[in-house]
Amino acid sequence: MTEVTLTVNGKKYTQVVFDHLLLADFIREKLKLTGTHIGCDTSQCGACVIHVDGKSIKSCTMLAVQADGRDVLTIEGLADGDVLHPMQRAFHENHGLQCGFCTPGMIMSAIELIKGKPDITDQEIRQGLEGNLCRCTGYQNIVKSIQEAAKNENNLTNR
Amino acid sequence: MYSFNYLKPDSIKEAESLLSGADDNKVISGGMTLLPTLKQRLARIENLIGLEKCGLDKIVLKEGLLNIGAMVTHFDVSNSALVKTENPAIAQLASHIGDRQVRNRGTIGGSLANNDPSACYPAAILAMSGTIHTTKRDIKAENFFVDLFETALEEDEIITSVSLPKPERAAYEKFPNPASRYAIVGIFVAKFDSEVRVAVTGAGEEGVFRCQQIETALSARFLPESLSEINISADGLMSDIHAEADYRAHLIVELAKRAVAKSIAR
Ligand SMILES: Cc1cc2nc3c(=O)[nH]c(=O)nc-3n(C[C@H](O)[C@H](O)[C@H](O)COP(=O)(O)OP(=O)(O)OC[C@H]3O[C@@H](n4cnc5c(N)ncnc54)[C@H](O)[C@@H]3O)c2cc1C
Ligand code: FES
Ligand code: FES
Repeated sequence: MTEVTLTVNGKKYTQVVFDHLLLADFIREKLKLTGTHIGCDTSQCGACVIHVDGKSIKSCTMLAVQADGRDVLTIEGLADGDVLHPMQRAFHENHGLQCGFCTPGMIMSAIELIKGKPDITDQEIRQGLEGNLCRCTGYQNIVKSIQEAAKNENNLTNR
Repeated sequence: MYSFNYLKPDSIKEAESLLSGADDNKVISGGMTLLPTLKQRLARIENLIGLEKCGLDKIVLKEGLLNIGAMVTHFDVSNSALVKTENPAIAQLASHIGDRQVRNRGTIGGSLANNDPSACYPAAILAMSGTIHTTKRDIKAENFFVDLFETALEEDEIITSVSLPKPERAAYEKFPNPASRYAIVGIFVAKFDSEVRVAVTGAGEEGVFRCQQIETALSARFLPESLSEINISADGLMSDIHAEADYRAHLIVELAKRAVAKSIAR
């Protein structure tokens, strides 16, 4: 077993974990942050996507010990109290979710995808979501949500 | 997963001595292939040796060759200004491996060591006659890829980097599996001053291979039209649920034409 210290959503955690513990299981089982979902557990579906040091990764395919000393952001870390993150708000307003299972992963992937790309096209979004599957197949509104969030981000930076 | 110890050596020397310590020790880079294997309990390992602190994550120009560290991720290859100017074809190849999350973790060293018959990098390294640098020696691409999932690497040998010469023209074209993005067929065409080299991934029963027929035709005239009369035999090509061997044979020619056109347009 190994002692790991990592920052999750701005808060520092130190725990002793099995070396073979997956980061997804660490987040869900140890930290009880269950917004990060496990859909396939085989790096296909993207339900488990989180950010490590600002980059989107599939947390079912990374070990907790590999995140030692790193900065982790999960879906729970996005909202500021009751104020949703712009990407969350866009999903809410555009009916970007149905059952909501894929949503945390979609949102974490989308945030990285639109960075610096206010004019991201429909095609670029669809391609950029290669790693995320929606079993309810509501892709149309997912794409719409992401496009709107990208535009809003542009307005914010232009102010 | 069976349990194992995860070790993080601070140098490649230390990693090497840890690896040679026991038979069931293994190095891990991006883990995009190895972790799924371990999850399925297809392998049992005593110590996993993480290479993240060994300083293998640099991209430099060394004596005119582009040198990419073994731990450089697919995303960093696709996004590097140096790679984009020195070797845009490999930057473009890297940008289409798997999905963004796979590219953020998966590495060039891990991909080459794994030698998946449908992986993208092996085609590029073989077509450009790259050199694989390891803890023991330098291995030319021609001698590196041995068979499906098999390379010239010894049990206790670690890839440290890859060097690539600069082709005059080059491009990669892939017919991706729509689910995984692995190549059903992938073609890397590279034109040098003295020769044209073409490597095919995703199709061969023994993994990546060079296609002499196409090389000869393109050496005469480096144009897509040079391939219009070419017929590739389906012997030795894979058949699976994604594509029959004769369909793969057809794709090889078609993708080679597109790759040549793309390399000329670039
Ligand atoms: C959903 C998905 C889609 C993918 N799509 C594609 C695709 O379109 N094209 C493609 O080419 N690949 C694809 N891949 C594979 C991906 O590129 C992986 O990155 C690659 O196969 C392995 O790299 P890694 O760094 O993750 O290696 P790891 O999983 O860490 O290691 C793989 C193997 O190599 C050994 N190894 C690792 N590093 C070294 C080293 N430096 N020296 C010696 N041995 C080493 C390990 O011991 C292990 O046996 C995909 C993977 C996934 C999960
Ligand atoms: S649970 Fe990680 S990709 Fe599906
Ligand atoms: S909303 Fe149900 S899986 Fe995407």
